[in-house]
Amino acid sequence: MNAHRQVAAVLSVLSFGLGQLYNRQYMKGLILLLVEVVGLSYFINNLSHAIWGLVTLGKTPTHFETINGVATTVKGDHSIFLMLGGLITLLLLFLFVAAYVMNIKDAYRTGKKREEGHKPANIVESVRYVMDKRFPEIFLSIPILGVLFVTILPIIFTMLIAFTNYSGPDNLPPAKVLKWVGFRTFHDLIMFKTWSYTFFHILGWTIVWAVVATFTTYMGGVLVALLVNQKGIRLKGMWRTIFIIPYAIPQLVSLLVMKNMFNGQFGPINQYLGYFGLGKLPWLTDPTMAKITVIIVNMWVGIPVSMILIMGVLTAIPKDLYEAAEVDGASAFMKFRLITMPFILFTTAPLLIIQFAGNINNFNVIFLLTKGDPVNGKFQYGGSTDLLVTWLYKLTLDQQKYNIAAAVGIIIFIMIASLSIWSYRKTRSFKEEDMIQ
Amino acid sequence: MSTTSRKKSKLTLGLFLSYVLLVIIAICCIYPALWVVLASFRPGAALYSPTLIPKSLTLDHYHELLTSTRFKFTTWYWNTLKIATLTMVFSTILTTLSGYSLSRFRFRSRKTIMTGVLILSMFPTFMSLTAFYVLLLQLKLFDNIYALVAIYSAAGLLQAFVVKGFFDTIPRSLEESARIDGASNLQIFARIMLPLSKPMLTYVALMSFTGAWVDFILAKVVLRSKDHWSVAVGLFDLVDKEQNSNFALFATGSVLIALPITILFVFLQRFLVDGLTAGASKG
Repeated sequence: MNAHRQVAAVLSVLSFGLGQLYNRQYMKGLILLLVEVVGLSYFINNLSHAIWGLVTLGKTPTHFETINGVATTVKGDHSIFLMLGGLITLLLLFLFVAAYVMNIKDAYRTGKKREEGHKPANIVESVRYVMDKRFPEIFLSIPILGVLFVTILPIIFTMLIAFTNYSGPDNLPPAKVLKWVGFRTFHDLIMFKTWSYTFFHILGWTIVWAVVATFTTYMGGVLVALLVNQKGIRLKGMWRTIFIIPYAIPQLVSLLVMKNMFNGQFGPINQYLGYFGLGKLPWLTDPTMAKITVIIVNMWVGIPVSMILIMGVLTAIPKDLYEAAEVDGASAFMKFRLITMPFILFTTAPLLIIQFAGNINNFNVIFLLTKGDPVNGKFQYGGSTDLLVTWLYKLTLDQQKYNIAAAVGIIIFIMIASLSIWSYRKTRSFKEEDMIQ
Repeated sequence: MSTTSRKKSKLTLGLFLSYVLLVIIAICCIYPALWVVLASFRPGAALYSPTLIPKSLTLDHYHELLTSTRFKFTTWYWNTLKIATLTMVFSTILTTLSGYSLSRFRFRSRKTIMTGVLILSMFPTFMSLTAFYVLLLQLKLFDNIYALVAIYSAAGLLQAFVVKGFFDTIPRSLEESARIDGASNLQIFARIMLPLSKPMLTYVALMSFTGAWVDFILAKVVLRSKDHWSVAVGLFDLVDKEQNSNFALFATGSVLIALPITILFVFLQRFLVDGLTAGASKG
């Protein structure tokens, strides 16, 4: 017999594990057969219902019916459960098909080995082989499975919501059945005056915020790091420890504290101003002042991180560059402008872009400090300091405008993803695929 | 006067100004923290006090917060400790193994995974909130702290980049000689990579611990009943309901939440700095 591979592969196509059994890998074959039995019984029971649910989003809403003169609730289809359930089933189907393909490939490969005169590996040898040669795949598969269900599934689900009419107060299951509406949500967001006004204004502020927040924390970090690293400054370790404190305190706590400190009526900052005979400032209640306050507080939170990073970079600048500059009679400022700054910028440029992307999504600072307020009457459910993300949060949790929120989320995602992929492709860890060491 | 002495006086003036700046920045850094700590010991509940240092100190607020039945602070604390510790353990193991795999092995779909991880880590968490809500409701895992642990830990892969960046800096020759001696992948990982990556491990462990300790967005959605709250959710509730009427209690809660983490951070800052810079400039 010299056609083991065809026989094994065909047998595995017919059913999970048959090829393996033919290859005399009994343990493996039995396990695969078991996978098939479990999988098939699940899909026979669920697949058609799942697809029906995903396509139609249900037919009958939960409603009242008069049965024998008594009004009773009749449980109908819940579009959201149907949608999520359908997605999970499809995801499992995808995994099942992947397992099926692997099962065929494995049978083929083992069959080929047999033709070449090798004995098929028994279960112990298989495990050992996998641990040795397939190590990364095996170990990555656990977190990847987790990410699949905890991150990817919710993301797909949310994206799908942008294409439905899922929004309060009129279209909420179980009282209503949802419908697919295609790109109408996006159309409304851009074309409807009330929505688009809010959207573009918040988008504009989000970008201004991200640019200013990134720039201030970065430059602040550079200055503080240079200040500490100066020749002749004593107790460098102590200064560094003190300056790290804002980073060490959980943002949840420090931002809520700041919110109290800047409180217009009771806050100590205004009280001190009064103490010195100055007027009170509307730190968080005036739209413009609130924006400035948010940026100042963000500097307090963000400068330490930049400082740590830049201190690391500073130690890597070759000393002879400075020595050469000194011989040429360069001033301290020229050394900073021509050596230090270009070096720092060069090493941390990709990082700057990541920080920029992070600031677009900087939920904590805005939400904990102002909750996006002061409220802007012209905005649809938004405030003057709202970023797109905090607006999205309000739209979801307070207003139940799930479809609009999902559409905004997709837009944020496209912005950030393109930005960060572009920057990451430029960093070394992506380029240097063959380690030079 | 010679030029050298003028240069010297200019230098000392510069140094003097630098010290002044350093002191000002230091005050800005410490002041809010100090203010909250002192507020928690100050008698009375007011937000404002004309003097920073209170005239008398009291432990009343701590006593009230820890024993009052209106708050279940000790329960929250215990919940949070469980959530954070479990998350730290699972997340560190998963992240380190994934970072090791991505750094040391070349396999198909490696780049796909790396790009995927990158994109996913940019996704705003709140977008998944609705999905989590429905998902947990359906799986009957709502209001369950272990569900939260599972979500946090699974998201750990998204941190793997930092770990990968660190492993990339460990010379290959170390493991090659071990491999010649017949060491398996797991042995190399445990005997060579792990001991060398103490700063990295500390960083990842600390990050996942504090992340779970202070997260309130997800915790607020998942944990519904007051008995299952974490301290972050509790504190947020406290500040929402009574920030003006009882500031001292909020301050006390803040100190209790922030203190362990802050001490850990300051204590481990050397590791932190290493971890952060390794992950950043080399990653």
